[in-house]
Amino acid sequence: MGVSNYIFAFTNRVMLTAFRNNALWVLVFTTLTVFLGLILAVILDRVRYETVVKSIIFMPMAISFVGAGVIWKFVYAYRPPGAPQIGILNGFLSLLNISPLGWLIERPWINNLCLIAVAVWIWTGFCMVILSAAYKGIPGQLLEAARVDGAGEWQIFGRVTLPLMMPTVAVLTTTMTIFVLKIFDIVYVMTNGNFSTEVIANRMYKEMFHFRNFGRASAIAVILLVLIVPMMLINIRRFKREELLR
Amino acid sequence: MERLVRVLSRIPLHAVIIVIALIWVFPTLGVLVTSFRPAPDVAATGWWTALRVPFEFTQYTLRNYESVINQGGIGRAFLNSLIITIPATILPIMIAALAAYAFAWMRFPGRRFLFIMLVALLVIPLQTTMIPILRLFNRLGLAGTFPGIWLAHTGYGLPLTIYLLYNFIGALPSELFDSATIDGASTLQIFFRLVLPLSITAIASVTIFQFLWVWNDLLVALVYLGGTPDVAPITVQVSSLVGSYGQDWEVLTAAVFVSMLLPLSIFFGLQRYFVRGILAGSIKG
Repeated sequence: MGVSNYIFAFTNRVMLTAFRNNALWVLVFTTLTVFLGLILAVILDRVRYETVVKSIIFMPMAISFVGAGVIWKFVYAYRPPGAPQIGILNGFLSLLNISPLGWLIERPWINNLCLIAVAVWIWTGFCMVILSAAYKGIPGQLLEAARVDGAGEWQIFGRVTLPLMMPTVAVLTTTMTIFVLKIFDIVYVMTNGNFSTEVIANRMYKEMFHFRNFGRASAIAVILLVLIVPMMLINIRRFKREELLR
Repeated sequence: MERLVRVLSRIPLHAVIIVIALIWVFPTLGVLVTSFRPAPDVAATGWWTALRVPFEFTQYTLRNYESVINQGGIGRAFLNSLIITIPATILPIMIAALAAYAFAWMRFPGRRFLFIMLVALLVIPLQTTMIPILRLFNRLGLAGTFPGIWLAHTGYGLPLTIYLLYNFIGALPSELFDSATIDGASTLQIFFRLVLPLSITAIASVTIFQFLWVWNDLLVALVYLGGTPDVAPITVQVSSLVGSYGQDWEVLTAAVFVSMLLPLSIFFGLQRYFVRGILAGSIKG
């Protein structure tokens, strides 16, 4: 019966790993993209070559996850100690006379964090663009007034800029969380969930196409949906509020 | 002197920015350089060694591109990607423009309810829809065909495209519509003569979005097209090369670079519209 599919989903060891990894993805990915995006939005506003750097950081958004997966697999490429290293990270380690690391194999933290880094590389530009628009929307007089009152740059950031940007940060955080709960392509291409890097969406795909177990796959899909429902409610609330302001 | 102090005090700022920019560039640069190096070199030394003498052109070759496009099936896959992407972009944009106009300016029962459903749909993971739709496609003979994937991408693309266009079209001044109605224009006339020309930039940015989304998609193609090479788009082909050529980096990097050509030219050519589209508020399911 149907219940067994859910019992499987909540007791199977690989499924539990997938839940843990999705939680790690949500936590690390969301924090890093929003944080880095915020920092970049603020510091890039102070230099003249802003548009060039923005283009560079935004560029991965145009690349497919498959492409990004291959690009980063090459960055993480591992060869046994003594052989010439062709991945740039291990090349760097060998320069420092440190023995090479199997970035995508070292479980459970290094490899999962290395996969998350790829997604951060792609999505930081998105956060940066949105936060930068919000930052440039802050009236200049406000910041000037704070400066005249003798506030330091850090104080201005913490007391004026950040509170004013908080609504945007909140929206971005929900958007990033929704997005990352469904993460699939990067894991599929880079490790296919091996070495304890499984995630919910990849597991669902495997149940569906490798094991032809549509019952289990459906149960996993439903769980994914339930996890996203709170975010959906937040979105609808926000939409209704915006509707009132129109 | 004061000027010098100011310049010096800004050095850490510049250093941080440049280091971040380098971290962002290096992975892609590595792939670009490797795709032009002969196989023995790629296996023997890191790609960065080629940068010691970057203008020594004898160390580069086009062989990798030749072999992925012919033997690697990337040429065929590129064509398939175009066949998939162009209708799967035009179709939803056409429907979305009409729908956005209706949601924004026409009064009909259930309008608000339908629109709230649409906002909810923005975040529904498409994984939840795969099994029922695939079963339907199997019954209708649409699985593994181009029309099937056009329909799938149209369905998945509509909520976001309607939402983005609604935000724009809904913000047009209402006097415009009032005076057009007084002049006796019909609803369709208002749409084609007024709304469409006025929202052309918004439509352009949404089109770019949908195009990149479909071009870069892997999951939808894997599920509804399966892995057969005669219909597989470039993302599916590249990911299957990862399986079969795992360590032949000169092959993989060339394949990836071909897959990035179109998205990157669109990105650098039309970055302005791309950014505008993102700022219009994007939450995609």
